[in-house]
Amino acid sequence: MSSNSITINGNELTFEPGETILEVARRHSIDIPTLCHLKNTTPTGSCRICVVEVKGARSLLASCATPASGNMVVLTESAKVVDARKQIIQLLLSSGNHNCAVRGGSSDNWTQFQLNVQKDDQSQELCPVWGDCRLQDLAYRYQVNGDAFAPTPTRYAIETVNPFIVRDFSRCIQCGRCVQACNEIQVNNAINFGYRGPESKIVAAGDRPLKDSECVFCGECVQVCPVGALVEKDVRYQVRPWETAPVKTTCSYCGVGCQLYLHVKDNRVVKVTGVDAPPNNGSLCVKGRFGFNFIHSEDRLTTPLIKENGAFRSASWDEALNLVANKLGEIKAAHGPDSIGVLTSARVTNEDNYVANKFTRAVLRTNNIDHCARL
Amino acid sequence: MTNTIADVEEADVILITGSNTTENHPVISTFVKRAVSFKGARLIVVDPRRVKIASFAHQYLRPNLGTDVAWINGMMHVIIQENLYDKKFVEDRTVGFDELKRVVEKYTPEYVEEITGIPAKSLKDAARMYAGAKSAAILYCMGITQHTTGTDNVKSLANLSMLCGNLGIPGGGVNPLRGQNNVQGACDMGGLPDVYSGYQKVIDAEARKKMETAWGVTGLPEKPGLKVTEMIPKAHSGELKALYIIGENPLVSDPDLNHAEKSIGNLDFLVVQDIFMTETAKTADVILPSKCFAEKDGTFSNTERRVQRVRKAVDPPGDIWDDWKITCEIATRMGFPMTYETSEAILQEIGQVTPSYAGITYDRIDSIGIHWPCPNEQHPGTPILHTEKFPIGKGVFFGIEFIPPAEKVDADYPLYLTTGRVIYQYHTGTMTMKTDGLNDRAPECFVEISPKDARQFDLANGSAVTVASRRGQIEAKIQISEKAVEGTVFIPFHFARAAANRLTNAALDPVSKIPEYKVCAVRLAKAA
Repeated sequence: MSSNSITINGNELTFEPGETILEVARRHSIDIPTLCHLKNTTPTGSCRICVVEVKGARSLLASCATPASGNMVVLTESAKVVDARKQIIQLLLSSGNHNCAVRGGSSDNWTQFQLNVQKDDQSQELCPVWGDCRLQDLAYRYQVNGDAFAPTPTRYAIETVNPFIVRDFSRCIQCGRCVQACNEIQVNNAINFGYRGPESKIVAAGDRPLKDSECVFCGECVQVCPVGALVEKDVRYQVRPWETAPVKTTCSYCGVGCQLYLHVKDNRVVKVTGVDAPPNNGSLCVKGRFGFNFIHSEDRLTTPLIKENGAFRSASWDEALNLVANKLGEIKAAHGPDSIGVLTSARVTNEDNYVANKFTRAVLRTNNIDHCARL
Repeated sequence: MTNTIADVEEADVILITGSNTTENHPVISTFVKRAVSFKGARLIVVDPRRVKIASFAHQYLRPNLGTDVAWINGMMHVIIQENLYDKKFVEDRTVGFDELKRVVEKYTPEYVEEITGIPAKSLKDAARMYAGAKSAAILYCMGITQHTTGTDNVKSLANLSMLCGNLGIPGGGVNPLRGQNNVQGACDMGGLPDVYSGYQKVIDAEARKKMETAWGVTGLPEKPGLKVTEMIPKAHSGELKALYIIGENPLVSDPDLNHAEKSIGNLDFLVVQDIFMTETAKTADVILPSKCFAEKDGTFSNTERRVQRVRKAVDPPGDIWDDWKITCEIATRMGFPMTYETSEAILQEIGQVTPSYAGITYDRIDSIGIHWPCPNEQHPGTPILHTEKFPIGKGVFFGIEFIPPAEKVDADYPLYLTTGRVIYQYHTGTMTMKTDGLNDRAPECFVEISPKDARQFDLANGSAVTVASRRGQIEAKIQISEKAVEGTVFIPFHFARAAANRLTNAALDPVSKIPEYKVCAVRLAKAA
C-alpha cells in the first residue's frame, strides 16, 4: 500500500491530498448517504448520517468532514454504521411533523399525530414533499420509522407571510444546508442558526420573517432543503413530484442564461428549479425561479388583432398577415425600402432573429434593423 | 464577455463598474461574492450608487455621474507613472501606447479628483490594486455604456485591461454583462443595421455577395441602416413610414418618452408582434401574437457567448406561432417565399453563413452550451477570447479625453437623475408584473434619495413627489436610502405609470447611438 491509498469496503483506492472520505468514495461510485452535505460548501458534519467506521478510530467518523489519509481502512455499511444511521433517522423522524408512511405508529397513535399536524399545517394532506424527501428515502433504505422515540411538540409556527417561500420549522431537521446555500453559494448572508439546544432554529435578521430580512428570495434554500421545511408557496400541496415532467431550457430574463427545469403538469409550468450545470450550477435568482406566471397569464395575446376606428378586433392569421404584407409592400413601393424599419428582439431566439435579419434585408431590402441592445 | 462567468472566480482582482450586479445579474454576483469571500480575490467597485456589491468591496470609489473616462485615465496615469504596467504585453500585443501615455499624462489623481470627486488617494490605491494583480477581471454594465461617452468609456476600460496584460488570460478580461436573455444572440444574428449574422459588414461587397448567394437574391442594400435611436426621430420627421416591432416595448423603454410617443404616433403603419398587449402594442395597427420562450424550440446566446438550447415545455394558449414563422409568412406573402420545417433547420442555415456559429448544432449543445466562435463541428468552442491575438492583430490603445455628460445640474434642475432596474422587476415589467409575489416586493416606482438630500428638500420617506426634467414629469414616492449619494437620485424605469423615461435625455453617444439614460438633471417638489 502507498501513502495515498485508502481501503473502502475492501477496495484499495487512491485519493488526492485534501479529499474527504466521502469524496473518494463517491468518485469510485461507493454510495454513502448524506443529508447535510452540500457540494462546494464547507462540510459541517452536523447530521452524522454519513458516518463510517475507520479502523483504529475510537468512534464513527463523519465521512464528509474527515480527510482521507494514507492506509486508512474504512467500512461504509458495517453493522455499527447501520445502527448509528438507524438511530439518527429515528430521532429525526420523531422530531417534527413528518407525516408520511415512514412515520409509523399504531393507528391510534397515527390518528392523534396526524390531527396535530393538520392543526399546524391547516391542511389535511400528507407532508408537502411526500415522495421528494431525502429523510423519507433514508427511512425506507434503513427500514426504520418514527416510533422509537416520543414525538417532540412543534415549537415554532409555520411562516406563511412571505411571498414565494413557506418556512415550516416543524419539519426542519436542522441540517443547515439552507444556511450553507445562503452563505456560501449565493452569499446573501440572510439566514443562520439561532438560539441553542432544543430551541435551535434557522433565523433571518434576528428571527424575523424572510420578507423583513436581507433575503432576496433566490430560493436556493428551497432547492437544497432535503425535507419539507422549505417549500415553494405556490407548489405546496398543489403539485406532487410524480405529477410533473421536467423540461430543461434557458431562462428568459437576464443575459446570464441560467439553465433551468420547467416542471410541467397538465400543460402548465408549475415549478422551476436550477440545473446543476454551467453557467449557473443549480443557482437561480428570484425572477428565474418564481417569475414565470406570465406564461399562463390571462393577458396573453391569443389571436391576431387589427385596429379599426381606434379599436382592436380579432382577425384570422390570413387576414392579418395579408394586411401586413400588403401595407409593407405599398409603403416600400411608394416611399422606398428605407422608409421601413424593423425592431427585432433581445427576447426571442437566435432563429427568430436570424429570420428577422433575412426578412429585413432580402425582402424589405433595407438595413434598417436594430433591437434594444442600446436601451 | 471576453471570458466566461465561471472564470470570475479565477481572478485575483475584480473591478466592477456601472453594474448593480446583485440586482441585475444576481447569479453572476454569486461568483463575485464567492471569489471575494472564500477565494481571496480583491474587489474594486466604482459606481455612483452605493450598490449592494459595494459592501463586499475592498475599495469603493464613488465617481460623479458621467465621469468614467476621467477616473479610468487617472488609474492608467498612476499605473504608468509608477511603472506598474505589463510591458511585455504592451510591446508584443498592442500599438498606440505612446498616444495613450500622452493623453493620460494630465489625468493626475488630483485633477481626476476635481472632475470625479474620487479622493486622489483612493484612486491611487485602486490603481495599485488593479495593476498588482496576476489576473484582474473587469465587469461592467449599462452604467458604463448608457452615456453620450459610452463608447469612450468602454474603450477606456479596454485600455486599462490591455495596459495590465489582462486580456486573453483566465481570470482577466473585459466583460460586459448583458441585460437581456438573448441580446448577445440578437447582435450575433444580424439584428443590427450595419452587419449580417456573425458581424459580417453590409458595406463589405464580399459579405453581401455571400448572403445574396445563400438567400438567392441580388442587389442587397449596402448602406448601413438606421439604429433604433435614429429611427424614432425619422418617424417624427416623417421619413420613416412603417415599423415592424418584434418583442420590444419602446414606449416604456425609450428615452424621452413624450417625444417617442409622438414619433411612433406619426407612423403610417405599425405592426407589433408580442406576447402581451404592451404600451407599444396598444398604438399598433396590427398585432401579431407570438409564442413565449416556454413554448418554443431554439437557442439563446448568453453574455459569455455560450449558445444554449431553448426547449418547448408547454403548448401556447391558442393558435399562436413562433416569431420566425410569422416573419416567414409575411415574407412569403410579399413574394419572397421563406419556409423552414423547424427551428433546427434555421440554425443549420445560420451555421452555413456565419463562421462563428458554423460548428454549433442542436446535437452538440444538447447537454451543455458551446461558446462561439466555434468554426467547425470538431471545434470545442472558445471560452476565452484573444488568447493569442486580437481579431485585428494588435490591440489598439486609444488616447481618450474626458467629455462631460450632455446635461448638467443648474439652479432650475439641481439634482442628477440616474435610472436602472430593481431585482424584482425586469425591463418594462410585461413579464415580471404578472407574478404577484414580485409585485409584492416591488410594487411601484420610487425615487431613491440620500438622507441628506431628503432633509435638504424636506421630503419624508414614503411621501409623494413630482420629479421633473426639461422633457417631462412623473410622480413617485420618496425612498430614503443609504445607496443614494448626495446630489443624485435614482428611479427604476420599469413602471409605465410613472415612467422614468419621461425624464431621461435622448442625447446619444455619437458612435453607438446609445442614449444617456444614466445622467440627466431633475428637480423634486412635493406632490400637490
